[in-house]
Amino acid sequence: MTPFKYFLAKNTSDASFLFENHPRASFIAGGTNLIDLMKENVSRPDTLIDINKIPGIDQIETLNNGGLRLGALVKNADTAYNEIVRQKYPLLSDAILAGASAQLRNMATNGGNILQRTRCYYFYDTAVPCNKREPGSGCSAVGGYNRIHAILGASENCIAVFPSDMCVALAALGASVNIHGSQNERTIDFMNFHRLPGDTPHLDNNLQSGELITSIDLPPESFNAHYSYLKLRDRTSYAFALVSVATALKIEGGLIKDARLALGGLAHKPWRNTLAEDFLKEKDPIAANFAEAADIILEEAKGYEHNAFKINLAKRAIIRNGLTAANLKKI
Amino acid sequence: MSLDKRYFGKSISRTDGHAKVTGEAKYAAEFNVPDLLYGYIINSTITKGEIKRINTEKAAALKGVIKVFTHENRDSTAWLNLKYADMDAPPGIPFKPLHDKKIKYNGQPIALVVADSFELARYAATIVEIEYDIEGHHTDLQRNLDQARAPKKGLASFFKPGPPKPKGDSNRAFENAAFKASGKFIHGMEHHNPMEMFASTVVYENGGKLIIYDKTQGAVNTQLYVANVFGKAFKNVRVISPYVGGAFGAALRPQHQLFLAVMASLDLKRSVRVSMNRHQMFSFGHRPATVQTTRFGADRAGKIQSLYHQAIGETSRFEDYSETVVNWANMIYPSENVKLDYKLVPLDVASPMDMRAPGGATGLHPIECTIDELAHKAGIDPVEFRLINYSSLDDSSGKPYSSKELKECFRQGGEKFGWDKRNPHPRSMQRDGKLIGWGMAVGIWEAFHLPARAEARIEIGGKLIVSSATADIGTGTYTIMAQIAADCMGMDVNNVEFRLGDTDMPLAPIQGGSFTAASVGMAVQAACIGLQGKLLRQAKKFKPDIFHNAKPEDIEFAGESLRIKGTASNMIPLKDIVASTGQKEIQSRKTGVPKAFKQRKYTRCAHSAVFVEVEVDEDFGLVKVTRIVNAVAAGKIINPKTARSQILGGMVWGISKALREESILDHRFGRIINSSLAEYHIPVNADINDLEVIFVDEDDSIVNDLQIKGIGEIGIVGVPPAISNAIFHATGKRIYDLPITLDKVMSK
Repeated sequence: MTPFKYFLAKNTSDASFLFENHPRASFIAGGTNLIDLMKENVSRPDTLIDINKIPGIDQIETLNNGGLRLGALVKNADTAYNEIVRQKYPLLSDAILAGASAQLRNMATNGGNILQRTRCYYFYDTAVPCNKREPGSGCSAVGGYNRIHAILGASENCIAVFPSDMCVALAALGASVNIHGSQNERTIDFMNFHRLPGDTPHLDNNLQSGELITSIDLPPESFNAHYSYLKLRDRTSYAFALVSVATALKIEGGLIKDARLALGGLAHKPWRNTLAEDFLKEKDPIAANFAEAADIILEEAKGYEHNAFKINLAKRAIIRNGLTAANLKKI
Repeated sequence: MSLDKRYFGKSISRTDGHAKVTGEAKYAAEFNVPDLLYGYIINSTITKGEIKRINTEKAAALKGVIKVFTHENRDSTAWLNLKYADMDAPPGIPFKPLHDKKIKYNGQPIALVVADSFELARYAATIVEIEYDIEGHHTDLQRNLDQARAPKKGLASFFKPGPPKPKGDSNRAFENAAFKASGKFIHGMEHHNPMEMFASTVVYENGGKLIIYDKTQGAVNTQLYVANVFGKAFKNVRVISPYVGGAFGAALRPQHQLFLAVMASLDLKRSVRVSMNRHQMFSFGHRPATVQTTRFGADRAGKIQSLYHQAIGETSRFEDYSETVVNWANMIYPSENVKLDYKLVPLDVASPMDMRAPGGATGLHPIECTIDELAHKAGIDPVEFRLINYSSLDDSSGKPYSSKELKECFRQGGEKFGWDKRNPHPRSMQRDGKLIGWGMAVGIWEAFHLPARAEARIEIGGKLIVSSATADIGTGTYTIMAQIAADCMGMDVNNVEFRLGDTDMPLAPIQGGSFTAASVGMAVQAACIGLQGKLLRQAKKFKPDIFHNAKPEDIEFAGESLRIKGTASNMIPLKDIVASTGQKEIQSRKTGVPKAFKQRKYTRCAHSAVFVEVEVDEDFGLVKVTRIVNAVAAGKIINPKTARSQILGGMVWGISKALREESILDHRFGRIINSSLAEYHIPVNADINDLEVIFVDEDDSIVNDLQIKGIGEIGIVGVPPAISNAIFHATGKRIYDLPITLDKVMSK
């Protein structure tokens, strides 16, 4: 771990000001990923700007449009167990609780969850090449042990996957991310927040240097009648998804009126395919239709030496989770 | 002497439990002294080659960095390779840290940064610049099977005998067998990963005497190693290790942090601590990867006709680590035609090491899966099949078992599990849309008894202090030894204190192989009997009116007193006997000596029958072990509570071995890529469901007077094959490549 300076930001503009004066700084909130990366020598910020005491971004509040705003500093656990979230956005609550461990969820913040970095073995090991860590050095995963890696949207430069569970639900729910920058405030649609690796795998997302996530907005449509989060992994807890699916359905008169399917563990970002979602509209919520939707999503899937099983696994997960969501009656 | 078993066989809570949960118990990295220095290890990032250049200037220039040790500037240590051989060293030349510029395996320690804080040492380690000349390496066992050769023999072969000579013609018998089963089994490398990471705190005292707090399964082994390697007199090396936060075999040998801490301490004449981080816990011994082949045949009646079992394990280029993998089949199942073969492939890896049930956990899986397949092909229930082939003789040696209640394990275990309700057909049982599988397997482990020494002393205040330089790696040594001593001396167990883990105490072997309870237990008993003799002699002087004519068989120790048997008034409190000497204590040191002549006529083993239920979601390949019943016959159980915990730990690890854990090597780099507890998967609480332990009582006066067989390994050995067999029963699939992850189980 490299020595660093430490500052406590009083508010968002103070945070921006500190960053301008310390351009090699990292913001730190829960630190559950950053501290790991610093210990591994993967991240070497010369300064940490502690944003934990910034007021106004540590609460959950109802929006005028009927949606919900999740402060960036609210802990993952507090979000998952929040009464409104549980009632209105149970898909999000379930996804958060499928992730990490109780101890990590108690520390990790919503903003930090969105910004967590891949768990690719090679990214974490500074002794081997990795384009994400060291642009241009090569990808060790493509020809290496790639059982946990991407089957969708990858490039020859990087086949890492984004590890978050919470973000899969946020993608399905159509959230948006509010950002504070030194020049302006802006909002990014969730699906445009994370990037595909392409030839810039070192960029995980579209947040500009020095920008700070302040909150996440959930739209009014909450899908709290027909939803399900399914996570398949190598052990029952404290393991990242090999495949995860967030399914949110609106069913009226026995027909699917609106559908959201977001996938985790398969790509460099939470994966959604609107063609598949559109296909499901006005259809019966039956296995055959979910299977066809899965085929649409997975048509472009590409397996590598050790992860081809994910294609089949993802299809089955989409079908099973679709049926679970469709049959759910609790509100 | 008749032992009044007031405590032996009773469940009492760990005597060290309170200290452990309150943090009072101190581990090797927690002993602090003034002006302590901290060392941080730098590991090789290549697998084979030489260090071309190592530039420590920048690191050494940091304020607070004391010295960066490399092969270029370290002090010389012992010349003879033999001096580096610890008590558990396999044949070969032990690895010598910072010896020269050669790189022998990835992760090899190549430098030590010593600074006045841990954080500074860790940072300085990142700015040491190293250039290598890289040579090609081989780390992939499966691609180097053609290099397999017989292991070299050495001292370690005493505990790990090679396979017995072939009998009959196993090939022909297999060809002619009515029922045949065979398989190829692949096990990956596994690392011990105890919770406590390796550390040594070396306290440098005036005159160069060292007090070393080390994580070890044998303080005396650490002492021997340090004395030999650094040319120190034994009296100038005291090793203290009261608590060990898990070890599982990893601490049977001194690890390189010990060498480095002592080296730095002697060079700097300062106290130094070196501790490893989790990645570095993957930079030394491990359970070796193996490729195993079995071919078993049986006649129409299900009687086994032929046993062939071959195991090829990996080892390092510098030591021949071997274990007993293939000897078990013919110990369990009689057969006239037997061929067992064990070979090693040297690779560019660290030397493997003993890991819980070394060899047994590896070998029983293929054996018991192949037996299951043979029973299935013969159309015979797996338990029935084993009963058809049951023997109270060890067929591999022709010797009788000193005791073997395996049949009773089948009966009690099967009954508890409800085995009689099993539908024999694979894929026949279902629940909530999931396939249910019931499988079983046998476990076996040898009961060793080694010489050990102990001291028992009774103090003037009436407290009994018993000690031996053994270890308690979480197994319950503290507790069970206090129980044995309390029974011997007729005392309340709360008045007895057992001490261990200090080279100033009487000599004991390293703690491993399930032999501590028997070996140290017999030493404790011997010391107590010696103490009884001394107490009686003194009582005769002090109270001749009562004890003058008393023979040992006339007296008894009870209620913290010595008394004439069957009387209440003809007694004297033990503390009064001590007081009468004018001394503060009476003590006795004795050796517990195995009755080798009697023992060697028998094969001495613990046995188990393991019954497992799995639930399989075939779409996703998810396997849930819903239930395990493990019926264990291991002589007399000293403390059912701590014993149960030990067996439970073995069962959890069995689940882990079958379904979860593997050190993943990227052979291009020769590096382990999942060297953290996030990516090296061991079970979490949510993976563990119903676990039931049954102890089947055994009478066995052969193993030792206390009738103890040891239970450290027997808990794990039968579990992986029983899980494999249950998965077969659920799915109809034989998956012989461990761990059985979901991608291997999911339907096509």
